[in-house]
Amino acid sequence: MIEFSKGGPAMKAEGIGFSVPRKEGPEKVTGAARYVADRIQDGGIFGVTVRSRVAHGRIKGIRFGPGIPWEEFTVVTARDILAQGWDNRVASIEPDQPFLAEEFINHAEEPILLLGHADRTLLERARRAVTVDVEELPAVLDLDQALACASLVGGKGNLFKEFRIELGDPADIWARAAHVVEGEYLTGAQEQLYIETNGMQAEVAPGDPAAVTVRGSLQCPYYVHAALTALFRLPPGQVRVLQMATGGAFGGKEDYPSIIAGHAALLAWKAGRPVTLVYDREEDMAATTKRHPSRSRLRTAFDAEGALLAMSSDFVLDAGAYTTLSPVVLSRGALHALSAYRCPHVRIHARAVATHSPPNGAFRGFGAPQSLFAMERHMDIAAARMGLDPVELRRRNLLRLGDRMATGQVVTEDLDLEGLMDRALADLDYEGKRAAFARHNAGPSPVKKGVGLSLFMHGCGFTGSGEQHLASVTGVATTASGLVRVLAAATEMGQGKETVFTQIVSEALGIPNDLVELAEADTREVPNSGPTVASRSTMVVGRLVQDAALGLKRMLIQERCLEEPYDAEGFRTAVARAHARAGGLTCSTEYRQPPNLSWDEVNYRGDAYPTYAWACYGVEVSVDTVTWEVKVEDFVARQEVGRVINPVLAAGQIEGGVTQGLGWALWEKVELDQGRMINNQMTNYIVPTAMDLPRIRVYFEENNPYALGPGGAKGLGELPMDGPAPAVLNAIQDALGVLALREVPLTPERLLEAMEAEHEPG
Amino acid sequence: MNQGEMRLEVTVNGVPRTVAAYPMARLLDVLRDGLGLVGTKEGCGEGECGACSVIMDGKLVNSCLVPAVQAQGAQILTIEGLAQGGSLTRLQQAFVTCNGAQCGFCTPGMVLAAADLLRRCPDPSEAEIREGLAGNICRCTGYVKIVDAVRQAGAPPVRP
Repeated sequence: MIEFSKGGPAMKAEGIGFSVPRKEGPEKVTGAARYVADRIQDGGIFGVTVRSRVAHGRIKGIRFGPGIPWEEFTVVTARDILAQGWDNRVASIEPDQPFLAEEFINHAEEPILLLGHADRTLLERARRAVTVDVEELPAVLDLDQALACASLVGGKGNLFKEFRIELGDPADIWARAAHVVEGEYLTGAQEQLYIETNGMQAEVAPGDPAAVTVRGSLQCPYYVHAALTALFRLPPGQVRVLQMATGGAFGGKEDYPSIIAGHAALLAWKAGRPVTLVYDREEDMAATTKRHPSRSRLRTAFDAEGALLAMSSDFVLDAGAYTTLSPVVLSRGALHALSAYRCPHVRIHARAVATHSPPNGAFRGFGAPQSLFAMERHMDIAAARMGLDPVELRRRNLLRLGDRMATGQVVTEDLDLEGLMDRALADLDYEGKRAAFARHNAGPSPVKKGVGLSLFMHGCGFTGSGEQHLASVTGVATTASGLVRVLAAATEMGQGKETVFTQIVSEALGIPNDLVELAEADTREVPNSGPTVASRSTMVVGRLVQDAALGLKRMLIQERCLEEPYDAEGFRTAVARAHARAGGLTCSTEYRQPPNLSWDEVNYRGDAYPTYAWACYGVEVSVDTVTWEVKVEDFVARQEVGRVINPVLAAGQIEGGVTQGLGWALWEKVELDQGRMINNQMTNYIVPTAMDLPRIRVYFEENNPYALGPGGAKGLGELPMDGPAPAVLNAIQDALGVLALREVPLTPERLLEAMEAEHEPG
Repeated sequence: MNQGEMRLEVTVNGVPRTVAAYPMARLLDVLRDGLGLVGTKEGCGEGECGACSVIMDGKLVNSCLVPAVQAQGAQILTIEGLAQGGSLTRLQQAFVTCNGAQCGFCTPGMVLAAADLLRRCPDPSEAEIREGLAGNICRCTGYVKIVDAVRQAGAPPVRP
C-alpha cells in the first residue's frame, strides 16, 4: 500500500521518484554476495577473544590450562600493544576504552586477550582453557546508584555528558496551570540483531612503517581507519579499510567494528599471517553495543483548554562503562524530548551516566526513540487525566510554521501536522474502530481491543554543527568505458544506498542508470564522505554526489567533450573521450554549512537539525486478558519525508524500522545478571517473525521537499523506529483503560503486573 | 582424511560430491568449508533464524542442526543451485523486483524457504506465506516485501 509519487514529464523512468529495483539484488538472491565470513584467506588463521566474566575487577594473572598446544597459538594481550609503544585506547569521542584490558576490568565481556590458530575447533577449546584470575570489585549497575557515584571509569562526576536545554521560564507556570501531569518512563536495552554477526579480516605487511589492511562488516570505513592509524601510530596511507557486503547494521556496526578491526590486525601483526575474526551469535549479543536503556521523568503543565504551557524532562541514559557514542546519543535524545509540540517554557536536563555495563551505543533512532517514547506516552496519559481525547490534545499543540522548538529553532516549513495526523487516523479508521471497540470491550470477551497513535519527528543528518565538523567529501569521476563512477565512503547495508545514489546521479545527468557505477567503500579509493549513520546518506551525501555529478557535466562541457542535448550513447562516448584525453576527470564536492543555520553547541541553542521528517503512526491492538499477550492487528505509518527517491525501497525502510520498533515495544528484552547478558541467543531474545505482525501500511507525503536534499529528499532511515512503541502502549491503554504503562518492552509479565498494581486497593 | 572423518557422499545442486567430514560436523560447515558453497549463511547456529536453510531430500532443514552423518547419500539444494543456466528463477526475480532482499544475509535461506512453500502450496495466501516463512528471521524488511515477492512468484502467470 504505497502512494507512488509521480515523476514530472521531464523525468526519466530511472531517476528520482521511481521504484528502481535494488542494484545489488541479483547477487543477493543467488547467494553470490560476499560477506566477510565467506572470504577465504590463503594461509590465514582465525581469531577469538577471551573476555571478562565479571563486571568490575582487577586482573591478577592469566593462566593457560593444560591439554592445549599453546606453542602453536598466537596470543595478544595489552602488554604487546604497550611494549610496541602503540595506543591501546580506541579512537572515538573520548579515547577512554582500551582495545584490551590492562589492569582493571570495567564491564562484563570486556576483551582481555586474543588467541589465533588455524584450527577453529582447537581455538574454541583453547579459549575455554584460559583462566583470568580477577579480584572482583563491587559493580555499579543501577541508574540511581550510578548517578550518586564519584567517577567510576572517567567522566565528570560519573557523567560522560550533561547539558540543559532551556526555553522561557517555567518556574511560575506550575502553580498557576490548570493541569500539571508528571510521569516516569523507562525503556530497556535493545540488541540490533543484524542477521550477519560482526566480523573482520586483517592483513599486516611488515615494514617500517607497516601496512595494515582490514575488511569486513561495517558502516563507517573512516571510523575504523582512524582507530587503526591511532592504534598502530601509522600514517593514514598505511592503513586501508574496505567494506564487504554487510548483513545489516542498524547502528550496531558503527563504532564496535573499530575494536574488532584492531583485534584482528593485532593478531595478524603478531602471527605474521592473515586473520579472520568473526563473532558467533552469543558473543555478538553479549559483547557488542545495544540501545541505551533510558529513564525520563516528565512534568507538563496545560491550561484549561489543553494547551501545553510548560514541560520539563529529566532524561538519563545508561551509557555503560566507556564514553563511546553516548554524548551524541544523549544529544539527539534530548533534542527530541518535546516531540513535535509547541511549548513556550521548557527545561530539559540530559545526562549520560557511567555504569559497569557493557558500553551502549548506536541503534537506529540514536536516543530519539527513548525520549519520544516518554513524551508520546505522556501525552496520552495527560489526555486521560484531563478528560480529553488524545487526538484532541495533540491537535491543540502541534508545531506550525513560525513556531519555536525547544532550542529556539524556528519552524520554517509550512507544516500541516494536523492534516498528516487526520489522514493517518482516517487510514486506520480511528473513529470507527474506537466506537466499535467501546461496544466490544463492554462485552464478555476476554480479548480487549484498542487503537492508539504517536505523532513525532526525526531530525535529519548530524546534530547541530556535526556536518560542519565532518566536512564530508565525495566525487564523481569518468571511467575508460564511458561510465560515471561515484566516489563516496557511504556503505550499503541493506538500506539501498547503491540504488538511491545511482538514481540521484542518473537524474542529475539525464542518463540511464546503467551508465552509473559506484566505487567500493575502500579508503584507498574513496574520500571520506562521513559515516553511514544519522539518516544522512541520501540527504547529505546524496546531495554532495548530485552536485559532483553536475560539476562533472560542466567539466565535460568545458573540455568540449560534451554538448547539450545529448543521448545516452552520446554521453557515454563523451565521457570515454574525456577520460582518454584528460587521463580521467573527477569532480569533488565538500560539505558547506548552509549560511542560514546556526548552532551553539555549549548552550544547545539554534538549529539542532537542518530539517526534520514528520510522522503520525496509528496502531490497532488486541489484548488477551487471560495470557496478557498483545497482538498488533493493524499498523499505519504515514510520514512526510520530503521527496521520496525510490518509493519501494523507502517503504521497505519504514516497514523494517516499524518492525524493530514493535519488537522493542513488546518482546525484545535484554536480561542482565550482574551486568552480563544472559539471554544472548536467538532462542530467548525474541524478535518479530512474519507471523507476529500485520501488513504495515506505509504512506508518504511529499508536501515539504527539502531544498538542500537531492531532488528535495530528507532522511528517513531512523524515523520509523521512533513511533511504534508509544503508539502500541497508547493502544493498550485504550483497550484496557489502564494508565500505568510506562515501560518497554511491555512483556505479558509486565502488563500483568501493571494491571495488578492498578487494581490494588488503596 | 583426518582420523575420525568419514567419506560423505552427497548430491549437491544435482552434482555428486564426495567430501571428508567428521560425522557430527554441521552440514552448514560441510557446505561452506568443505564444498565452498558460501551462499548458505550462519545467523545463530541453533536453528532459530533460518539463515542456513537448505532443502535436503525435498525437506527444508536448518543446516546448522544437521550432522554430516545424517546427510549421507542425500540430495541437497542450496541457493547456488536455484538459478539454472545463469538466469534467475521466477521467485528470485520477484525478490529483486519487490525489494524482498535488503541486506541480503537472510535471503538465501528465505528464498529457499519460499521455494519450499511454493512447492507445497503453489498460490499461497498472505497468511499461508507468513506461516510458511515463520522459521526464517529477517531483521531488515518487516516481511512485507518478502510476502509481496512470494505472492508475485506464486500467482499464476497472467496469460495474454
